[in-house]
Amino acid sequence: MLKSLNIRKLSHSQLAIPLFALFLVIAFNVFRDISFFSINVITNNYGNTVLSGNLISIINGASELVLLAIAMTLVTSATKGQDISVGAAAAIAGSVFVRVLRGNEITMPVIFLALATACIVAILFGLFNGTLVAFFDIQPMIASLILFTAGRPIAYWINGGATPNVDSPLLSYIGSFIPGIPIPSPILIIIVFGILVTLALRFTNLGLYIQSVGINERAARLNGINPVLMKLLAFMILGVCVTIAGAINVCRIGLINHETILIDIEMDAILAVAIGGNALSGGKFKLAGSIIGAYIIQALTITLYAMKVSSTAVKAYKAVVIIAIVVIGSPVVQQHAVQLRNRLFKKPIKLTENN
Amino acid sequence: MKSLKKLLVLVVAASLLFGLASCKKSSGSSGDLIKVGIINNPPSESGYRAANVADFEKVFTKENGYDVSTFYSLKNDEQLNAASQFITDGVDYIFLSAAATDGWASVLSRAKEAGIKVFLFDRMLNADPDLYEAAVVSDMANQGDTAVKWLKAQNLPEYKVIHIQGAMGSDAQIGRTAALDKEFAAGTMKMVVQQTATWDEAEAKKIVESVINSGEKFNVIYAENDGMAKGAVAALDDAGITHGVDKDVVVMGFDCNKWALRELLAGNWNYDGQCSPFQASVIDEMIKTGNIPSKKVISEEKGFDAKTISQNDIDTYGLGD
Repeated sequence: MLKSLNIRKLSHSQLAIPLFALFLVIAFNVFRDISFFSINVITNNYGNTVLSGNLISIINGASELVLLAIAMTLVTSATKGQDISVGAAAAIAGSVFVRVLRGNEITMPVIFLALATACIVAILFGLFNGTLVAFFDIQPMIASLILFTAGRPIAYWINGGATPNVDSPLLSYIGSFIPGIPIPSPILIIIVFGILVTLALRFTNLGLYIQSVGINERAARLNGINPVLMKLLAFMILGVCVTIAGAINVCRIGLINHETILIDIEMDAILAVAIGGNALSGGKFKLAGSIIGAYIIQALTITLYAMKVSSTAVKAYKAVVIIAIVVIGSPVVQQHAVQLRNRLFKKPIKLTENN
Repeated sequence: MKSLKKLLVLVVAASLLFGLASCKKSSGSSGDLIKVGIINNPPSESGYRAANVADFEKVFTKENGYDVSTFYSLKNDEQLNAASQFITDGVDYIFLSAAATDGWASVLSRAKEAGIKVFLFDRMLNADPDLYEAAVVSDMANQGDTAVKWLKAQNLPEYKVIHIQGAMGSDAQIGRTAALDKEFAAGTMKMVVQQTATWDEAEAKKIVESVINSGEKFNVIYAENDGMAKGAVAALDDAGITHGVDKDVVVMGFDCNKWALRELLAGNWNYDGQCSPFQASVIDEMIKTGNIPSKKVISEEKGFDAKTISQNDIDTYGLGD
């Protein structure tokens, strides 16, 4: 009885659709080829014992997207719109990171200095978007269109050359593995960051305030919450996430290509928010939904690679699956599903307040 | 909403003004200098383009007898406007690397009527060859052929190739894919996987990772540029698969960035195909001597082998730093 109640509760929860989609992707792979999930212990070229396998690839590869999906959720909630400049901002942050690293001999303190500098720059760019949105009431998508267009040329200008390299074993500690730890470092970074965000949302009023600004700005103001501050704060958090994402991406390969680093990731980040069942019109949010959404997108990509879907068709397949997820998650379809279920099980039709 | 429109109008007006201003940068007093208008893609486009722009800046200088105006854009229509502007300004020559291959015929015939000679560099375009003096271009298909010929000469017992493609439909992708596709079709090489990473290093790493995870064997990585080759190598390193000279996997890249050639010198990669951005001196010579050998001059492009490359090659042919 208790168990069935829990399932009922879950099926009404916002997380039902993203979890179901994740389950489908996994089930599909179980039937396609169970060895998809095999995890091997191997020794890499630097002599470390590490884990490898598709599951690791998915969780590892989704790291940047998870960070940006978290930030995008907060921005969406507070501003009722999306920042489409996250990829360009990551290019800028990554370029600053690389610039500082190239100017010095790479040691641990220098890496932290580079991260801090990149973080400050990214927060400033975030504040630029935030000011346009919070003070001038410009639609977030239009406000961030400026940086979306100008961001990558700015990133180029920071290093003054295409694909500058940074090679150091210390960087591979961030981008691939720390000696002695078999789990890829980006996964560890995401876990730590996830815990920090969860704590911040649980033990402060941040989440509540951001949501209340998104739900009703006037009401929030009347209750003593400063909407401008909350929106700026969301964009500053975005700046931090963008920096970590950019730095991870640089460390993975040991170079930055300002034209291709995290290209088109803004669309994936927005998608992750939508798949997670969050309203793109702002207000209430569930971070867990967006995070699951990010892993679904990555799982989908890796599945398509494993199936060797031809280059030209990958995006089309991805689009089909995503349309399906979004449509199934739409209020209209959900309402029909509830009605259908009620009719099948001969229960009185009950209107849901879920819309 | 109204203020937004105003803002947009302002932005558009400002960008137009800015565009015109950058067109008209030429200095007024030309004297005996040859007036040249160069239309290219912006140096920020790629390492290749940065080297290309730098090459033209190095050759076409005041000291060398040229008065140069430049216009950089990735957009064909902006480039077309700049060309019209150059015609109005009465330049002697226009050098052109078009953003898109179509739409140039009418501007080029107006240039011809005005007595302006046009040289194409880097890229061909769809127009009557009479409309330009000569085209100095790279032959991407030739780059692919050179690379595949080198690969066949390695006499590997078997060829199981991971083929990482550039952005689908780009000149470089089509040219560099064609040669390898021929081998796949002929059955001389086995395609393990053929995927596009759209020039994205991190995506290239994921593609190679997925092949490793599938457990399928491979011994060649053919990446259509240096960045993707580097991404692929990062995946090999993570999986403990050796690569380079006399190792398990042969690594091939293109573009000859200096850092990539250094990987060759260290024996971590096996081959790098050149895509020469150096067209300026060829055009300079044609103008100075008045001797145009043929309508289409194909830049001589090499392929470097890790076994034979020298530091001197890196200094001479490497791009960037």
